[in-house]
Amino acid sequence: MATVDTVSQQVDRVDNTTDDPTVRAPLVLGGKDFTAVTETVASIAQRKPPLAWYIAFGISLALLGLLGACLAYLVSTGVGVWGNNQPVAWAFDIVNFVFWVGIGHAGTLISAILFLLRQNWRTSINRFAEAMTIFAVVCAGLFPAIHVGRPWLAYWLFPIPNQMGMWPQFRSPLLWDVFAVSTYATVSLLFWYVGMLPDLATLRDRAVGKVRQIVYGVLALGWNGSSRHWHRFERAYLLLAALATPLVLSVHSVVSFDFATSQVAGWHTTLFPPYFVAGAVFGGFAMVITLAVPARQLFGLKDLITLRHLENMCKVLLGTGLIVAYAYGTELFIAWYSGAHYERFAFINRFRGPMAWSAWLMVLCNVVAPQLLWFKKARTNVWVMLVVAMFVNVGMWFERFVIIVTSLTRDYLPSSWGGYSPTWVDLGMLAGSFGLFFTLFLLFLRFGPVVAMAEVKTVMPQAHLKHPTTADERKFDYQPDEHHHHRPARGGHP
Amino acid sequence: MSAPSYPAAGAVPAPRVLVGLLAEFEDVDGVVSAAKCVRDAGFQRWDVHSPFPIHGIDRAMGIRATVLPWLVLGGGVAGVSAGLLVAWYANAFDYPLYVSGKPLMSLPAFIPVIFELGVLLAALTAVFGMLGLNRLPMLHNPLFHSERFRRVTNDRFFIVIEATDPLFAEPAVAELLLSAGAVHVERMETEED
Repeated sequence: MATVDTVSQQVDRVDNTTDDPTVRAPLVLGGKDFTAVTETVASIAQRKPPLAWYIAFGISLALLGLLGACLAYLVSTGVGVWGNNQPVAWAFDIVNFVFWVGIGHAGTLISAILFLLRQNWRTSINRFAEAMTIFAVVCAGLFPAIHVGRPWLAYWLFPIPNQMGMWPQFRSPLLWDVFAVSTYATVSLLFWYVGMLPDLATLRDRAVGKVRQIVYGVLALGWNGSSRHWHRFERAYLLLAALATPLVLSVHSVVSFDFATSQVAGWHTTLFPPYFVAGAVFGGFAMVITLAVPARQLFGLKDLITLRHLENMCKVLLGTGLIVAYAYGTELFIAWYSGAHYERFAFINRFRGPMAWSAWLMVLCNVVAPQLLWFKKARTNVWVMLVVAMFVNVGMWFERFVIIVTSLTRDYLPSSWGGYSPTWVDLGMLAGSFGLFFTLFLLFLRFGPVVAMAEVKTVMPQAHLKHPTTADERKFDYQPDEHHHHRPARGGHP
Repeated sequence: MSAPSYPAAGAVPAPRVLVGLLAEFEDVDGVVSAAKCVRDAGFQRWDVHSPFPIHGIDRAMGIRATVLPWLVLGGGVAGVSAGLLVAWYANAFDYPLYVSGKPLMSLPAFIPVIFELGVLLAALTAVFGMLGLNRLPMLHNPLFHSERFRRVTNDRFFIVIEATDPLFAEPAVAELLLSAGAVHVERMETEED
């Protein structure tokens, strides 16, 4: 910790948040060379973490314990311990599922879509955004499994030949969900692990002590940096990115089909797939910011996860937030314009009914709060972005609550209308799922390569030939700009 | 330091076999120009090791494009076929299931599962195909005996010319590597099988 700070203080902090398109902003600050990048990242996994890590880990473990207790109570007693009822048969369980699976989408967007679009700034943040995806999907996968009521029969969801001679229903969105989410979990895990191989090898080569040498050694699979290996590795990585891109768009589309293909007013909307995908990326980026800001502070990663990276994420947050706001508007407009009686009522009830507070909270958090990010001063202030991200985290959870619960409380027949209030088990499992997420995430921060070292090195000027002779050698993503350090950060051009 | 160094053997000296020569380079330019020399000298069994993929190294080494994309295409086609087959078999053939008057073989409703299985098998092929073609996992490798080689995952670049190469002749190869700009050349050895 101390060494990292002194190193970063010695060099001038370059403001790399310039908007001048003729200046290529450096993505690694602090005058770092390859060794310094390795040192900064790998030493996190090698030294004792700061006190704040222990405090956060203690809280997370306590919440994880709460989740375990709630799960034991739920499984041993039955889903009646939840507040779910008729007509609100889907409540916190499905809200939490959609919330967590949505969080994961930002990780895949950063790792796959930004990779295909050659957004080099992703290299500093993709690793832990991918880790976030995995851990969010773990939390997401938990809820449908226990939501089925008898979780020991959850294998019925898969087409496994069985003594009943029965098969799942392949025309059902709930089955599509099983395939979409399990494929998403598998592909995200592969993408994360494959990308991590070279960095696990770095940790292997620096490991002190038998246990670490063996664990990192086995995990690195014998990676030795061979150029013949790198060639296939890069190809595999590109293919995975190309596969993960349509996959991530499909996953939240399929999740939205759970609602859109039903007859419930407020759910039965063709808008849902793009609206859900945009919302997922929006909510996920808020979570990336929530995790990145404290992590870079605590672990001395400010030269790698620079202010420019954070500002870029804020821009994505604002952009996707505007799409979400537009979707809210479209939903309302279509409810009115369609002339569909029940649809109109569903939306009037959403904003004027007994649960209107949740809808207005959603609008405040998801539409109003992100507008702050129009201002560069807000986008480059870590406190402002952290507060906005917190609003979005809350808002995106409530968006799913609003869609699911308020729509279900008002069915077609007033005689079947109902209400909903969560029990302590619902609240405990929501809090507990955060415990699971943060426990896994903090363990990763402690023992894993949090930044993709090998990838960051490729966007440094030193990684490229000084005198390229062939077109092939000249063809690289990062054009080293010899002058960027000497130019004024802003307004240097007439 | 530039003379060949002989790694210390264990308590019981075992007969050692020369696997190849390992040359260390300090930067990208050095290793790429040396790789061109080695390529032009006509070596076949050699490799460049680096902390990150070097752009232009494929050309400098003469690496041909990998077959991996074709394998992945095969994986994707297999996944799509499997999805189609399982949905048809389960809901239209083995246990005909009528839902909302839709045809038994209702392709549009089967598309999500078909798509997901296609992506799943293609991704699995990409990962395991890459590992298989790279002969990984391989936890034991004579390269790992070298103390210096640990920096290959940090900031140094290496060229290995294997002893099995038809053109391999120890002093000549060492001289070639040193004249190509290597800062250090060492013998890579392993215990006799």
